[in-house]
Amino acid sequence: MPEAFEPKIVAFFCNWCTYLAADLAGTSRIKYAPNTRVVRVMCSGRVDPQFVLEAFAKGADGVLIGGCHPGDCHYQEGNYKARRRYELLRRLLHQMGIEDERFRLEWISAAEGERVKTVINDMVEKLRALGPRVPARSREVA
Amino acid sequence: MKPKIAFYWCASCGGCEEAVVDLDEALLDVAGAVEIVFWPVALDFKLKDLEAMPDGSILASFINGAIRNSDQREMAELLRAKSQVVVAFGVCAQLGGIPGLANLSDANGILAEAYRDGVTPQKFHRENGHVLTLPEFFDTVAALDAVIDVDYYVPGCPPTTNLVRDAVNALLGPDLPPKGAVLAPDQALCEQCPRKDSRPEKLLLKEFKRVHQIVPDQQTCLLAQGVVCLGPATRAGCDARCICGNMPCTGCFGPTSRVRDFGAKALSAIASVIDCNEESAIAQVMDAIPDPVGTFYRYSLPSSLLGRRRME
Repeated sequence: MPEAFEPKIVAFFCNWCTYLAADLAGTSRIKYAPNTRVVRVMCSGRVDPQFVLEAFAKGADGVLIGGCHPGDCHYQEGNYKARRRYELLRRLLHQMGIEDERFRLEWISAAEGERVKTVINDMVEKLRALGPRVPARSREVA
Repeated sequence: MKPKIAFYWCASCGGCEEAVVDLDEALLDVAGAVEIVFWPVALDFKLKDLEAMPDGSILASFINGAIRNSDQREMAELLRAKSQVVVAFGVCAQLGGIPGLANLSDANGILAEAYRDGVTPQKFHRENGHVLTLPEFFDTVAALDAVIDVDYYVPGCPPTTNLVRDAVNALLGPDLPPKGAVLAPDQALCEQCPRKDSRPEKLLLKEFKRVHQIVPDQQTCLLAQGVVCLGPATRAGCDARCICGNMPCTGCFGPTSRVRDFGAKALSAIASVIDCNEESAIAQVMDAIPDPVGTFYRYSLPSSLLGRRRME
């Protein structure tokens, strides 16, 4: 029997909220799907669209960006910047054949360890249903 | 003996050839300083002439156009073998260019669209006992450096005459630029834009206007007027020709050396100037950009991080 498909998610979590929430989930011994590879960034506004594209180009099945709730950004408005880029990038990815479920932006505050679990479990479930992402054959000619 | 130069075109429109001819009198200087040994669009050399040359006997080959079929790939490989230096000339050869937008589809999709209800070209065609073989039409368009080693890049759609002249002079001069160099200034177009001073310190927009919806003021920064201008993300060197024609930059000079993926950076620059915080308001502003791939990857889809749309 073939091995069950385990989606790989690259998660960019902001230093001040979502990363602390993931930390809290850990110290609270909350169990959630082990499918994310978390990259800590100072702010969700630091996530360059190139990071997202590179994750997909290197075979990620999904990309998750986690930041502070609107109004709570440590840098005042970094998360709004993330939201603007996210909306345009989501549309571009859609045109490139990458389903909306594969790219997600979530606001998770430092107190919401439980929500880290809900979001990640939900995303893993949706990616499982979608199946592995067929990588674009970018460099091949023919 | 004069150094030998070759010109060739792959998937391109002919505009890059025109850019060479546009050198006008300077072309005579170039032609006087070098021996042109291959240039299908202008001079009557045959493939067998090229094949007969010893390897490395051509100083430089200027190849324009993207690689979209097997014939173009074979010609690029042949020119690579015969040349000491290969220059990807124009944005199609450099990044994939407009033909690269075909990467939103594939060979079957394009042939079905272009020859719908007609005769689809066959690989082999028989007539009077002769067999004609057509080149293979690829699913994916590629930039030149995806199929051969490229030494230098001259950006632009097409490159400007100044850039062409400087590139030729650089190759004929004593000091060659470092391998892999893009032979154009390494700064954003905004830095050289004649409207630079009218650009506000902090750009904030509540809506974008498409070019058919506005007659922009001729002195003011186009982005500040709500027109999607890719100047902030695009390499300089074009003399801001589109801006001088009161049209926004569409990014044909590609990125500067610090950027890996032009479209991502251009998207980032444009998204950042939107002055809305609410999801629905942001979405409404974005509706004025109905084709993000065609807007941000107009000239660079094959060389982007994803390269193409997912194959079905």
